[in-house]
Amino acid sequence: MLETRDLSVGFKINSGGKKAVLMAVNKVNLNIRKGDALGLVGESGSGKSTVGRTILHLNKSTGGSVIFDGQDITSLNRTDEKILRRRAQMVFQDPHSALNPRMTILRSVAEPLILHTKLRGPELREKVGTLLEIVGLQKQFLYRYPHELSGGQKQRVCIARAIALNPELLVLDEPTSALDVSVQAQILEFLKSIQKELDLTYLFISHNLAVIRYVCNRVAVMYLGQIVEQGETEDVFNNPKHPYTKALLEAVPLPEPGQPRRGKPLVGDIPSPLDLPRGCFFNTRCEKAMAGICDSRSVPNYLVENNRAVRCFLYNKDLQLEQA
Amino acid sequence: MTNTPVLDIRDYRLNFNTFDGVYHALDGVNLSVGKGESLGIVGETGCGKSVTVRNVLGLLPSPPAEVISGEILYNGLDMLKVTPEQMKKIRGIEIAMIFQDPMTYLNPVFTIGTQMTDVILAHQKALAKGEKKSRKEARAHAVDMLRKVHLPNPETQIDRYPHELSGGMRQRVLIAMALSGSPKLLIADEPTTALDVTIQAQILDLIAELVDDMGLSVILITHDLGVVAKICDNVAVMYAGQVVEYGTIEEVFGRPKHPYTEGLLKSIPHPGRPPEELFGIPGFLPNLLNPPVGCRFQARCSKAMEICGTPAPNRNNAAHDRTVLCHLYSEGFDDA
Repeated sequence: MLETRDLSVGFKINSGGKKAVLMAVNKVNLNIRKGDALGLVGESGSGKSTVGRTILHLNKSTGGSVIFDGQDITSLNRTDEKILRRRAQMVFQDPHSALNPRMTILRSVAEPLILHTKLRGPELREKVGTLLEIVGLQKQFLYRYPHELSGGQKQRVCIARAIALNPELLVLDEPTSALDVSVQAQILEFLKSIQKELDLTYLFISHNLAVIRYVCNRVAVMYLGQIVEQGETEDVFNNPKHPYTKALLEAVPLPEPGQPRRGKPLVGDIPSPLDLPRGCFFNTRCEKAMAGICDSRSVPNYLVENNRAVRCFLYNKDLQLEQA
Repeated sequence: MTNTPVLDIRDYRLNFNTFDGVYHALDGVNLSVGKGESLGIVGETGCGKSVTVRNVLGLLPSPPAEVISGEILYNGLDMLKVTPEQMKKIRGIEIAMIFQDPMTYLNPVFTIGTQMTDVILAHQKALAKGEKKSRKEARAHAVDMLRKVHLPNPETQIDRYPHELSGGMRQRVLIAMALSGSPKLLIADEPTTALDVTIQAQILDLIAELVDDMGLSVILITHDLGVVAKICDNVAVMYAGQVVEYGTIEEVFGRPKHPYTEGLLKSIPHPGRPPEELFGIPGFLPNLLNPPVGCRFQARCSKAMEICGTPAPNRNNAAHDRTVLCHLYSEGFDDA
């Protein structure tokens, strides 16, 4: 349903008087089927949000293409962009700043309906009331302002606004990161149930692996603008292939007593995206880095079993023979 | 208690006087940390976990804060009553603190070295013991501390400005600075919340290592149950200004007693297991300007009874060093 082909996004920046291009997203290939929930996971600065924003035309791409339902939407004029907005919507991380503090909830949720449909007056109010009901809020919230709502309630309002036009695709950018865990659980349950009811497709962006595992059936792991591993969620979590995915999974502390010591934590920091390492971007922190290979040649994607792509030389059969 | 507590907070009540009225932030908090022990305090936003420890070092401005009752005993000395002169000899030397966002606590216009030597010299001055360290000696001490927190190339890094370091490195600097006075107790307020998971794992390992090396006692405040389970011996769960459950990690996480603890544990998706159903906790935190009479969790509790409208008894199981603040256990409980 949604596909990105070699999608790249570079930001021109001025660093110390020198002009440079920061490659936030580097040739990303994603493939989301209808009804999928694809999780995009990575640490800060890995480019996961930029991918989501670029798909919805909130950023300009600098290379590659985005295909939505068989149609190239990489460059659109304003009319076509408006049609895209009907079919694909976004939910942002911080519901406090995603709602206009001077608008009532009614006005905020009605905004997309006013822009895209001819609903007005009592009908509009009714439609907004129904939307609020779907997200589990009573009608009394219609005339309240955002500051009167809790964080979880505000995020529900944002979701109501995003589903107002019956979109097919929702891009959720860290939708629960600003919420407490007891509220996060409610929102996650609810996102899962409306996905089935409304037949939605999700691109779910998060740094929280547990949340991704909970909501998504497929997952893509990003590091420094590239996707290093992509596959079915349970496969990736049970048997991570890329050394970075392994390290990431091992770094998450588990909420239970008596944790066995797992692998050593990764050493060093994430390299600056302005000064990317040669070869594999992960080779500076990788335990299994092979000198002469990982630090010089750029890595292709290797397809290993069951729809699983890994960007790592360890999965190159020819190289393994060479090493042996 | 297996050993005498280093820090003992007893029946601590604290209000904030605001324009909207009196905010009952803490209501009868009891906590203690023994020598070499690490205590985790967990809870959601606004439960009072940070407020509880701020006043250990006199960091809450009064007004608006007003201590209603209780004492915070550090080796028998009531920290709520110490004079500013005494406090100078305790801050950083006996008890040190690190915070969530390392950039906010480093001055952007001075180098790491300047800031660290200032701290070391201030400790010297406060103690005023005979011979004084020169700036040069203080700097050497700072380099040693940076080496101890595994900052690469401390001799050169010490002359850098905070903006030249990454988030993880800044947190290492703050830890080095906090430990430069060889404190006995370290209070860490969400030390890894601003960091990525792979960096968080490094910092948690570092804290665990320093605790062992220096025989430190630690109070770690966090909202992340995984972090607590990883490095603490004991855990206190707070809700709306009260400690609702306290015990060892094994007890509290393995056999939660209080309905809130249970709810909290059922709310987190587990990163290591395939998805099971999640149960959020319905409802909201009570408004502490006008807290409910009796148990503060009753409005959200699935097991609430009529009796919950009266203050819940704090049940102590001495054998297991475990407390639960809940009417369900008014007959006491045993840990089977």
